[in-house]
Amino acid sequence: MGITVLKELTVDQVKEGQVLPSLSHSVTATTVVLGAMASRDWRPMHHDKEFAIHRNGTQDIFINTPNNAAWFERFITDWTGPKGRVGRMKFKMSKSVYPGDDMVLSGRVDKIVIDDTDCCWLDLALEVTVAQQVCTSCQARVAIPRDEHDNPWDRKAARWKP
Amino acid sequence: MPLQIPEIPPEATALIGKPQYEEETEFPIEMSYVWNTCAAVQNANPLYWDPKVAEEITHGQITPPTMLSVWFRPHHWSPGVVGDKKPMRAHFDIKEILGLPEAIVASNETIFGEPVRLGDTLFTHQVIKSISEVKTTKLGTGRFWVVDVETVNERREHVGSDIYSFFGYKRA
Repeated sequence: MGITVLKELTVDQVKEGQVLPSLSHSVTATTVVLGAMASRDWRPMHHDKEFAIHRNGTQDIFINTPNNAAWFERFITDWTGPKGRVGRMKFKMSKSVYPGDDMVLSGRVDKIVIDDTDCCWLDLALEVTVAQQVCTSCQARVAIPRDEHDNPWDRKAARWKP
Repeated sequence: MPLQIPEIPPEATALIGKPQYEEETEFPIEMSYVWNTCAAVQNANPLYWDPKVAEEITHGQITPPTMLSVWFRPHHWSPGVVGDKKPMRAHFDIKEILGLPEAIVASNETIFGEPVRLGDTLFTHQVIKSISEVKTTKLGTGRFWVVDVETVNERREHVGSDIYSFFGYKRA
């Protein structure tokens, strides 16, 4: 394995309203099935097109919920670097993402909050869109370091309040 | 003709607020599923690929927080297990009691506590929090219900809470 170069986002580099770099991915049946199998979701609507169409009434197999979360987590930590620690994530799926879709993840910083334990939180508003239609909206809360000496992963119990 | 959805049966109401289905993970937490998950979404976070980085930042290898629910999904087949062993049984119970043939996850909120570490054993239970009035969406007519899944590790540290809102329905 090569040398790992660490990216580290600290709070001084972030502003409210800041837009995160977007991420695009062309979804295939393999994308959907890989995500379902990795998340141990064996339900047929995530790998059996006939079942998805005739039982679920959807147009094809579609990305499952845990894989949706994994995409959001990757999107967030691509930006923050490995010291970014996700504390909370809520999402709402209004449309499914299918093979053949060009999925785009985007987001912005809604709020920067320093809590009473001095933990620095970013409240993020994120979306998955296909053809500019929102498929999933997500509110995520991620802790990032205040400076190069801080590490959110060191926080435990009462010092971790997501 | 509008779809007929019966009243909420008492056996469904009786389940609201009751901790059910205490379970522990079927295998010690391991990296293979982590790599599969990272590969599925092309996640290059070195915490999961480089043990030295994990040692430095998280004091040992951990798993992605959003994999919390993954660890409790049963194997698709296990020796001696007869029938379909469904995850989220509290959800499937309600779906069956309400007589709603189809269901989707409408929303999901997860709060992440202590990171899940390699070799951990996790314990969980499920609680039905609420069942809605009859609603109609573009999928059909049915009800929403909310299930909380609380998880701790073998050190009894809070690892996470997974809050699911489901919509069970009859197709329009």
